[in-house]
Amino acid sequence: MSKLIGISRRAALVGAAGAGGLALAGCDQLSRNAGFQRVLAAAEGWNQTSQRLIMSDTRLAPEFTRADLSPVFRSNGTSRPDTDAYKRLLDTDFADYRLRIGGLVRQPLSLSLAELKALPARTQITRHDCVEGWSAIGGWTGVQLGLLLKAAGLLPQARYVVFHCYDNLGGGPGGLYYESVDLVDAFHPQTILAYAMNGQPLPVSHGAPLRVRLERQLGYKMAKYIASIEAVDSFAHMGQGKGGFWEDRGYAWYGGI
Amino acid sequence: MKADTSTRTVVHRHGLVTRITHWINVVALVIMLMSGLQIFNAHPALYWGAYGANFDPHWLALKKFPGWITIPSWQDLATGRRWHLFFAWVFVVNGLVYLVNGFVTGHFRRHLLPTRAQWRGFGGSVRDHLRLKFPKGSEALEYNVLQKIAYLGVLVLLPLMLATGLTMSPAVDAAWPWLLDLFGGRQSARSLHFIFAWSIVGFVIVHLVALLAAGPINGVRSMITGRWVVEPEERP
Repeated sequence: MSKLIGISRRAALVGAAGAGGLALAGCDQLSRNAGFQRVLAAAEGWNQTSQRLIMSDTRLAPEFTRADLSPVFRSNGTSRPDTDAYKRLLDTDFADYRLRIGGLVRQPLSLSLAELKALPARTQITRHDCVEGWSAIGGWTGVQLGLLLKAAGLLPQARYVVFHCYDNLGGGPGGLYYESVDLVDAFHPQTILAYAMNGQPLPVSHGAPLRVRLERQLGYKMAKYIASIEAVDSFAHMGQGKGGFWEDRGYAWYGGI
Repeated sequence: MKADTSTRTVVHRHGLVTRITHWINVVALVIMLMSGLQIFNAHPALYWGAYGANFDPHWLALKKFPGWITIPSWQDLATGRRWHLFFAWVFVVNGLVYLVNGFVTGHFRRHLLPTRAQWRGFGGSVRDHLRLKFPKGSEALEYNVLQKIAYLGVLVLLPLMLATGLTMSPAVDAAWPWLLDLFGGRQSARSLHFIFAWSIVGFVIVHLVALLAAGPINGVRSMITGRWVVEPEERP
């Protein structure tokens, strides 16, 4: 009896190990299979729909106090773009910088940093969550994106707002950083174009002269070194068509989780 | 086999919903553990509190987990997240079916809540387990007090995995900021998610050791077909 059980135990262990090895190889196969990955990516839509269900469009992300600030807020991605266009701006401390807002708008805008700073500002101390897993708390001051979009007047067919950047994280001609958000997030009260961090002018390592803060999504959605903003009805024609630099490299467009 | 086969009886042990949800849960948890370690590898350090990054004090910093225990086996955070967040939905829907079934059919009350007599025999049950002396025959038909505690414990751990996972979502934190208060901040939730995950691995190891000790074929068969063979009592 005990021998019988002994054999069956060993068989069970060997069988389990073999099945485990096959399953692992299978998972790698499925990780390379575009069709299967599209099935897995369906969960992105479920996440967006369910998260929008449990909160109103204007529900704020938690805000903190100065006492909660991270002692060191690490810089991620590009910390100093090396494009000529950006270097020229930096040489004059962004005196010649113009934020262009265009695309599907009634009134395209071109604003200097001084003009942006003269507009009503919002300051918020929030937690920045990187898709890698770390978090940092920082204070941000800037103009609400919704305010600028209202001034430009979105056309009815506009569905997304795209941020084009000086950030050449990918290197080469197709390597410029870009990001996109839908109108719910574009008009969220905490969605600002920040020109200051922790009460100081926005450092180059954090996206000077202007970066996006989008407090209900992950860090990669918050483009730095913004050159222009474009209202579009679709982002299919940009980059690889996924709506952003990291999205084109496999990450979810909806970064709420 | 010297045993008297006439006393060998077959009973119906596990309900259909229990069996189906058990195996779906096995698949979902294995995939979530392995894709979770892939996600962990993107920043293999853990912190307490609201924030935590490279320059902050960590309580745990590891080398990356090896490829044979991650999905995919190469480093690929985007693909790991896709696996993880898809099977999180499988886990949640499957778990809800299991929970509703357990409450409605009285499965939890009848089979998982320890009886008063079992609480009184707690010490004896611990002694028997330490001597690897497991209930045999018809006595094995009912879960003993330690089994019940282990199963109820994992029924608490699994929802905690979901809750700490959701607390890492910036959107969920906007919707339900009380989750941050409950777990002590996002980085604490991330640390607890890691600790609870390995606690579940611990449960599974004990579960498998007990399965091997009590008879793996009978055990696995009962979770597939529902039928459990009651081995005859040994006679002196």
